[in-house]
Amino acid sequence: MSTAPTAVQPLPRGSLARTVGRRARDWAPAAIVFVVGIAAWEGLVRGLDVERFLLPPLSDILQTFWEQRDTFVSAGLFTFKEALGGFAIGASAGILVAIVLARWRWLGAALLPYAIAANAIPIIAFAPITNNWFGILSPASKMAIAAVICFFPVLINTLRGLTSVQPAAIELMRSYAAGELEIFRRVRIPNALPYIFTALKVATVLAMIGAIVGDYFGGSDQALGILIRRSAGIFAFEEAWAAILVACVLGIAFYAAVALVERLTMGWHVSSRGSE
Amino acid sequence: MLRRALVFVAVLAGLVALYEGYKWIWETAGFTWPFVVNDRTMPHTWDIVGQLFEPSRTNGPLLIEVLWDAALFTAKEAAVGFALGAAAGFLIAVVLVHSGFLRRGLMPYIVASQTVPILAIAPMVVVWLGGRGLPPWFPVSVIAAYLTFFPVAINAIRGLESADPRALELMQSYAASRWSVLWKVRVPASLPFLFAAFKISATASVVGAIIGELPASIQDGLGGAILNFNQYYASSPESLWATNLIAALLGIAFFLAVLGAERLVVRRAPEHVA
Amino acid sequence: MTRAPVVALTGVRKEFGRGGVVALEGIDLEVAAGELVSLIGPSGCGKSTLLRIVGDLTPPTSGEVVVNGKSARQARVDRDYGMVFQDAVLYDWRTVAKNIALPLEMLGWDRKRRAERVEEMVGLVELTGFEGHHPWELSGGMQQRVAIARALSFDPALLLMDEPFGALDEMTRERLNMELLRIWQQAESTILFVTHSISEAVFLSTRVVVISRRPGRIAGIVAVDLPQPRTVETREDPRFFELVTEVRELLRAGRGVGAVDAVDEEVAQ
Repeated sequence: MSTAPTAVQPLPRGSLARTVGRRARDWAPAAIVFVVGIAAWEGLVRGLDVERFLLPPLSDILQTFWEQRDTFVSAGLFTFKEALGGFAIGASAGILVAIVLARWRWLGAALLPYAIAANAIPIIAFAPITNNWFGILSPASKMAIAAVICFFPVLINTLRGLTSVQPAAIELMRSYAAGELEIFRRVRIPNALPYIFTALKVATVLAMIGAIVGDYFGGSDQALGILIRRSAGIFAFEEAWAAILVACVLGIAFYAAVALVERLTMGWHVSSRGSE
Repeated sequence: MLRRALVFVAVLAGLVALYEGYKWIWETAGFTWPFVVNDRTMPHTWDIVGQLFEPSRTNGPLLIEVLWDAALFTAKEAAVGFALGAAAGFLIAVVLVHSGFLRRGLMPYIVASQTVPILAIAPMVVVWLGGRGLPPWFPVSVIAAYLTFFPVAINAIRGLESADPRALELMQSYAASRWSVLWKVRVPASLPFLFAAFKISATASVVGAIIGELPASIQDGLGGAILNFNQYYASSPESLWATNLIAALLGIAFFLAVLGAERLVVRRAPEHVA
Repeated sequence: MTRAPVVALTGVRKEFGRGGVVALEGIDLEVAAGELVSLIGPSGCGKSTLLRIVGDLTPPTSGEVVVNGKSARQARVDRDYGMVFQDAVLYDWRTVAKNIALPLEMLGWDRKRRAERVEEMVGLVELTGFEGHHPWELSGGMQQRVAIARALSFDPALLLMDEPFGALDEMTRERLNMELLRIWQQAESTILFVTHSISEAVFLSTRVVVISRRPGRIAGIVAVDLPQPRTVETREDPRFFELVTEVRELLRAGRGVGAVDAVDEEVAQ
């Protein structure tokens, strides 16, 4: 809720040139680092032959990717489906349970510490068990892991968002004779949105990790995790890094998609908080 | 105090009841979705706990002894990794807070690394660091350190920069050196943020350690134990479940350790919320 | 024929916890339609609690509360009053216009009617042009004006205000005092106003109710006979100073005779 006792001028709907200029100054160092980094990668790695076989030049990696792009793309999609499915199940379950726990506070208060503790469990270690449930080759086994990994952070953050409302805001609604349902709809849920989106963004990464790393305990040939592990195992590093690159790109894309939805839904919030 | 213990017992009992209830219903009704339920796919909770006190193999030590040693081994890997990663993260944060150029240059990558499934690199790290005269568990600690580094770095930067501007101005009026300002103002301000990161990193380092043991083929830790008992799942599913139970407890133990440390170090006013 | 009082409190007592703190004791008060009554007293004397009792946000331990001829609960359910807090309590995710429209949405008004009323209220509090802004883009004084507009938007008989200008600087405060008086007269509402400031209480009110320190009793009521409409000059009127002094003495008496402590400074002009 806004508390602004000091006078603040309404934001000037400012000039485009000034904004661009400021943006350039903010982003120039990062751009410089990027260019230097890529150049160093290419240059140093070619120069220092010793490490080359471990970290091939970017150009070699990209070439390997291109040559076997079908394999990489299909592996990427297979794994992404596992991650997406797990994300969808885990995140929606987390939000629903959070709503229940926020509605019946006594239950939420009792269970929250356990949810936080459960969040500390290395869920990925349960991959062999889900493999036994769904079959080692089935995407469902990794989806289950991804879902459980996503569930707890989403639950915890959504619950925090639903319950960290200023008491005065609730009193205001009571002064309007609002029922619990209306309070939820008009106050708690909008208040929770920033928390939910933060959790969802984290969940995208967790889901990807669940899907990929779950494979390290055994999985389908068609999955990215197996590809990485196998290639590394036979010292085929261009393949391994190409697969890792695919994983990174997918991870970033997934995260960015959620961030985009966030910006569209909550333009008001993101702009008020400034950059990151 | 007593109430909290009662709630704990109640929740535990509730969870066991849910598990056994689900098992009973699914077995009796013969549902096959999402998966078939029998004593192999879902052993009874008491069998799992009971298995801990059976020998892990014929004439061998009790399972719980084996798992305890494995847990300690993994804990060591994770703790070393956590310490390294946290120290590195904090150091980088201090550097970045004092250099605007480096901060603007590197921050986007540090943040972007949060969106990337870093753990996927584990096999590469193991190959890179293996067989160089370093102890075989070292690459595992490096992986744990890597996972710890990013949350700590980001939160440390946010925390160091969150210092009250008026407190900083006060130090300026004392012509305090940057070192003084760092330790007297910024670091105390960063503590809540640091502990938030530590809580995440505690779990991450345990996960990193377990996962790291897999490509490194380390037998002595929990990762190795999981793979091992996975192979014998058909004959003794309870052993794998028991191993996972111990792994879960390890993660929780690390988390509680951070919580305990936080309670000692950080004193914060309670939030007034509804 | 005199209209029934908008607020009638009889023997109201408020106790927190069993056998615990007695916040209010034996409160008998009537507020007639069109009045602007201030409640003033030292910190912790229960004036905010009293306001909340009138608004049915907390129940009295004993005594009778009649608002608009009904029980306090009924008045709340019927939405007979609007409330303004010290913190504007605007919802960040709504624009100024949507914040003002909030109670109207809950009352089920249709879009057209809501839009018309919002425009009217925005004009009333003189924030035309800011309808599309978000709360964080506004100064504290502007936010409070939005809160007032919201409270009045559905034309309640009664306005309950809990130190609405407390967080603002003196000059903004005096300006908003004038605004409030203008709005009060234009909307012909009844206002129950809690404040810490003696000068504000005297300047705004038709009557000032002085509450003693805990357990809060009515130490005295000062009828403010300054001419309406009040202006900037009113603050320099000798009668103004006399009334301020009268209130201050009642406050001192309500705290214990002769005691001079921090409370004095707090409630200083």
